[in-house]
Amino acid sequence: MKKAILSGNEAIARGFWEGGGHFANAYPGTPSTEILESMVQYPEIRAQWAVNEKTSLEIALGASFAGARSLVAMKHVGLNVAADPFFSASYIGATGGLLVVTCDDPGMHSSQNEQDNRWYALHAKVPMFEPTDSHEAKELTRQALSLSEKFDTPWLIRSTTRISHSLSIVELGEREEVEIKGYEPDFEKRNLLPVNARKRHEVVEERTLKLREFAENFWGNRIEEGDPSIGIVANGISYQHAKEVFPEATFLKLLMTWPLPDELIREFASKVKKIFVVEEGDPYLETYLRAMNLGVEIIGKEKIPMTGELNPTIVREALTGEKPSYFEIPKIPHRPPALCPGCPHTPVFYILKRLKANVTGDIGCYTLGALPPLSAMDTCVEMGGSVGNAYGIEIAEAMRGLDPRKKKLVAVIGDSTFYHSGVTPLIDLFYNNGITTVIILDNSITAMTGHQENPGSGVTLKGVPGRRVDLEKLVRGIGVEHVYTVDSFDMKTLKEVINREIHRNEPSVIIAKRPCVLLPQMKKRKYTYAIADPEKCTSCTLCWKLGCPAISVTKDKKTWINPDLCVGCEVCIDVCPVDAIYLADPNADNARKAGEEVLGWVKKQEQ
Amino acid sequence: MGKETRTVIVAGVGGQGILLASNLLSEAAMEAGYDVKKSEIHGMSQRGGDVISTVRFGEKVYSPIVGLAGADVILAFEKLEAMRNLPYLKKDGTVIVNDYRIDPLPVASGYMDYPEGIIEYLRERVKTISLDARQLAEKAGNIKTMNVVMLGVLSKSLDIPEEIWLRVIERRVPKKAIEANKVAFRLGREVAENAEL
Ligand SMILES: Cc1ncc(C[n+]2csc(CCOP(=O)(O)OP(=O)(O)O)c2C)c(N)n1
Ligand code: SF4
Ligand code: SF4
Repeated sequence: MKKAILSGNEAIARGFWEGGGHFANAYPGTPSTEILESMVQYPEIRAQWAVNEKTSLEIALGASFAGARSLVAMKHVGLNVAADPFFSASYIGATGGLLVVTCDDPGMHSSQNEQDNRWYALHAKVPMFEPTDSHEAKELTRQALSLSEKFDTPWLIRSTTRISHSLSIVELGEREEVEIKGYEPDFEKRNLLPVNARKRHEVVEERTLKLREFAENFWGNRIEEGDPSIGIVANGISYQHAKEVFPEATFLKLLMTWPLPDELIREFASKVKKIFVVEEGDPYLETYLRAMNLGVEIIGKEKIPMTGELNPTIVREALTGEKPSYFEIPKIPHRPPALCPGCPHTPVFYILKRLKANVTGDIGCYTLGALPPLSAMDTCVEMGGSVGNAYGIEIAEAMRGLDPRKKKLVAVIGDSTFYHSGVTPLIDLFYNNGITTVIILDNSITAMTGHQENPGSGVTLKGVPGRRVDLEKLVRGIGVEHVYTVDSFDMKTLKEVINREIHRNEPSVIIAKRPCVLLPQMKKRKYTYAIADPEKCTSCTLCWKLGCPAISVTKDKKTWINPDLCVGCEVCIDVCPVDAIYLADPNADNARKAGEEVLGWVKKQEQ
Repeated sequence: MGKETRTVIVAGVGGQGILLASNLLSEAAMEAGYDVKKSEIHGMSQRGGDVISTVRFGEKVYSPIVGLAGADVILAFEKLEAMRNLPYLKKDGTVIVNDYRIDPLPVASGYMDYPEGIIEYLRERVKTISLDARQLAEKAGNIKTMNVVMLGVLSKSLDIPEEIWLRVIERRVPKKAIEANKVAFRLGREVAENAEL
């Protein structure tokens, strides 16, 4: 048997391949992104980036209509975006196996909330698998494909950060080849007019009964006999934590967590004196077990934290009261992530701060513009939120009888985020006579999640040229007349344009354009660096406020630039009022010149 | 082969080669016949945030992570990160720390001070091996081998034969850099051999 160490995400991709998967589609989102990135290695699979999770699922559903085994992957909040087609897909079923992978993020390592997507399975009546390690992630994905077809239902695979981003040993198998049957219309099944949908709902309820029966005998749901004084019910990574702490206990291990196996649960309850429900997040299993009236004491969320991630120490302390003896340390400086040296977003926030604008923000690398010293973003709600939020403030201010322009309102949104869900609120604003200024930070990539291609990159996930959306034309197409594309490093023009547009009584869009410095074609190069002359530096603090990680302050309050980190973007040189900063070698390559080359390349492609 | 599960937390700053180091460790452990799990948080690693990777191996490993006082070794590529992770070390654990400083943003921009005397602070509390891995990497002929110097130090305290380490290094690092990495590994291993604990 061939073995490999795979992450949960790689294992899901492998399972999809082994199970005869044809089409995989996703919008990136931590911790789910590597599932699609890992699909690229399999030539049999067509894998691509979607513009958002909703379109992603709609396209996969269409592929399933035509018999292709399909998968969509998303971070937990992505399923909120895709919820509408998800609920409908439950009624319609799956002709080609259809898997929806949701990667939740307990502990919010890189998310704006800690929602527990297990409720989606219950809510939409879609069966759900939850692996507890990489091998199971692979096996469950593989098997869910044919099960999805057998039961005629989409199948939810729920992972969490510690499943997706943990590596463990996987036994590899071969691929099962499955033919794509081809599209045949089926009006009663796929057209959810009320007359059809009423019948489909009945089908869903019948299907649920069959799935309940399946769950009772499914290999992944089983009792692991042990000490009868403690019975532990656990799912996902919590199973591993609990097993670590109580290896001797009796376990009910559940890999299929909707629908749940009632008979098996009763059998388990009859074997143990007391039940601990160990689960991260909401009391999902606990609520179900309590409603079953098992006649055994159940201990759950009164002991196990509802917030954050679990680990073995937390589980031990919660269930035994045993406190760990550990080294306590004094308060030390934290190490927040920062915009890269040479990041094209930096000058934009620097200017917005100087202009004292009120900025609604969005999600991406640029959210880091909210942190000191830039501190130039008030809000960050969800992807695409910035545009509507700013426009809503405008409405309320106007309703007070004030001129909203006095508030200097600006919505700031990244290019990928704009494609994802910024276009529709901009139409709202335009249509209803709004005037708020929108700044699109166009770095030609989805940077935050690790540099995925997007509709503005001109390249697809598989690395082949794709068509390129022209942002400026897109915005003009809506009807916005005041659209300006400005080089993010041309701070003088940028400041003039932003200042002019936030005072305009009409809607306007500013596209601040510059490639991300971590683009492969930017990263490969060797750059010169900037030097700050301590004799000339007047400690005016202006360049410190850029928050460039290469800039630090010496003991005698002078600027010092770390040559190892600096990429010579010249932004601090432009900011310095006394010309104290200069390039070590003005003739050598630097991030500014490299960016211009990349932009030139982009222009050529557009012609 | 020990039955007990061993836990190593590899900690440092984005860009220091932490994930490669923990991959090499995981593979070496697998090749030595152990069950292995590894978990990491790397969402913001490219933006200079802190990075932690946990590697656990033994006869049978359940959880891929540990909580407070759960790790046997902290392998820190930067000293502030060694201190930050100290609560996760068992009281009788070992810290292997690169005596190297990278200022986090609040320090660089003058809001906070970088703590003085971190190495002494660690020594007073736990078994500590401190070294200048950057200098040794330079000696090995490639500054990027700093992570493998650190692995060399670590390797001395784990039950994994040296040949396996060298095989894994050969397989995983770019061809051009194999020799430098092997030298780096040995330089690290020597540090551990000479360390007084
Ligand atoms: C609904 C949803 N899907 C995905 C994500 C993950 N995510 C956060 S930011 C981001 C992309 C940001 O790209 P862009 O707007 O181009 O900004 P950049 O990071 O390039 O500055 C993604 C995919 C999310 N937070 N919410
Ligand atoms: S990855 Fe790119 S967009 Fe993100 S902070 Fe760095 S330079 Fe800016
Ligand atoms: S030139 Fe200035 S702003 Fe640009 S990376 Fe170097 S120090 Fe930072």
